[in-house]
Amino acid sequence: MADTKERKLPAPAISPETQAYWDAAGKGKLLVKKCTACGEAHHYPRPICPFCFSDKTEWTEASGKGTIYSFSVMRRAPVPYAMAYVTLAEGPRMVTNIVDCDFDKLKCDQPVKLVFKPTDGGPPLPMFTPA
Amino acid sequence: MSIKGKAYIAGIYEHPTRLAKDLSLAQIHAEVAKGALEDAGLTKDDVDGYFCAGDAPGLGPMSMVEYMGLKVRHVDSTDTGGSSYVLHVGHAAEAIAAGKCKVALITLAGRPRAEGMATGTVPRSRGGTPTPDEPFEFPYGPTVVNMYAMCAMRHMHEFGTTSEQLAWIKVAASHHAQYNPHALLKDVVTVEDVVNSPMISDPLHRLDCCVITDGGGAIVVVAPEIAAKLKRPKIKLLGASEFIKTQMGGKVDLTYSGARFTGAAAFAEAGVKPADIKYASIYDSFTITVLMQLEDLGFCEKGKGGAFVADGNLISGVGKLPFNTDGGGLCSNHPANRGGLTKVLEAVRQLRGEAHPKVQVKNCDLAIAHGTGGSLGLRHGSATVILERE
Repeated sequence: MADTKERKLPAPAISPETQAYWDAAGKGKLLVKKCTACGEAHHYPRPICPFCFSDKTEWTEASGKGTIYSFSVMRRAPVPYAMAYVTLAEGPRMVTNIVDCDFDKLKCDQPVKLVFKPTDGGPPLPMFTPA
Repeated sequence: MSIKGKAYIAGIYEHPTRLAKDLSLAQIHAEVAKGALEDAGLTKDDVDGYFCAGDAPGLGPMSMVEYMGLKVRHVDSTDTGGSSYVLHVGHAAEAIAAGKCKVALITLAGRPRAEGMATGTVPRSRGGTPTPDEPFEFPYGPTVVNMYAMCAMRHMHEFGTTSEQLAWIKVAASHHAQYNPHALLKDVVTVEDVVNSPMISDPLHRLDCCVITDGGGAIVVVAPEIAAKLKRPKIKLLGASEFIKTQMGGKVDLTYSGARFTGAAAFAEAGVKPADIKYASIYDSFTITVLMQLEDLGFCEKGKGGAFVADGNLISGVGKLPFNTDGGGLCSNHPANRGGLTKVLEAVRQLRGEAHPKVQVKNCDLAIAHGTGGSLGLRHGSATVILERE
């Protein structure tokens, strides 16, 4: 089943702490927060590291490469879509969708690459498609 | 301080309705409270502690305390979704052990069916100030079913678990539900029925999902000196534990649940082990929920849940671990989309010897009730209690 029909995506609610993430998304970049104190990257992004509680976190640009950790095709939606967790090359796993592909051929651990999809009046959402 | 032996479950009640078009939410809370107090042989005026979660109308416990005319000196409205009421049993025991109350009333009610709520298949924003996770999740369309489905998908990938093995969990629940006159689904189903039912979100089929029902239930937890004066069988709390499992900053692991921690802690407090358990009430929002929790609670090795649940091993009188003998959330009742309270109820019925004769476990003196609330695939609250018939 190809993802051909249009699915309207709601705009994310943006707060001051995540403004930079969404500004970057608007320029086609995926940012990951990294802690300079403990060296760990995390997602979703926070000013205070959830691992060591340091406030020395900084934005880094993700490579856009990853693998599907898990997925599920929501067959009962008006336009079916593939919910997923993708493991970024940088480490963290993020909630996302797999798009522009044959849903029936998706597999766990499959390599994927970053794409952006427009939302309804907000910044675009980082999503993934088979690499 | 341990809660072991410090509190007893004296009263239980499950509302018989599964569709409550003519009942208000507050009314159902009050009806189940009345039922549980009458079951215990206590009155409203004996209640000095009240526990409820997000299904209760109003701000925390306040509206219901007023509506029911309670005078309480201890309240707790901790909300961990469907596991709240299992957690409340533990909290009630803590409050009783600390002398903060002697008769704790826990209520649950809801009417998602009467309200036509699209429970499992529509992404929901909570409204108001967004949770910190919401912008990074909600726009992608997480629903109840697809997030649990991702746990099942990864479990299948890592451990070779099959849809047929998951189906056995529904089959076992249906074998029990046929004897429950109040169960929403009373027909016995087969593995083929489950795997041939419509796919909702891969790999979960319609019959891998629980029912959507209105109704509710209540539990009365009392101090030992109160239990000693009552005429009901004495059901003693041996162990209780709670845990919040999260995405861990992106170190997401969908292969296990918080039961890994609550099971170990509750068994340690109780001083018993999984092999001692005669009956298990296991949260069953979906078949995968049961399978993962059984592994995490220690009933089988991680990854071996599929083989453990197959071939009727969860059917009372047939298998080694009778589970959810009321038909559970999968077939009987999942009131307010929160199934933890009914898990405690059937465990108490089994320990009292008051389950349906066709599903009653012989010499049932030790039982576990476990709940998962929130979303197994996003973040969830786990709670376990271990109960003994004295």
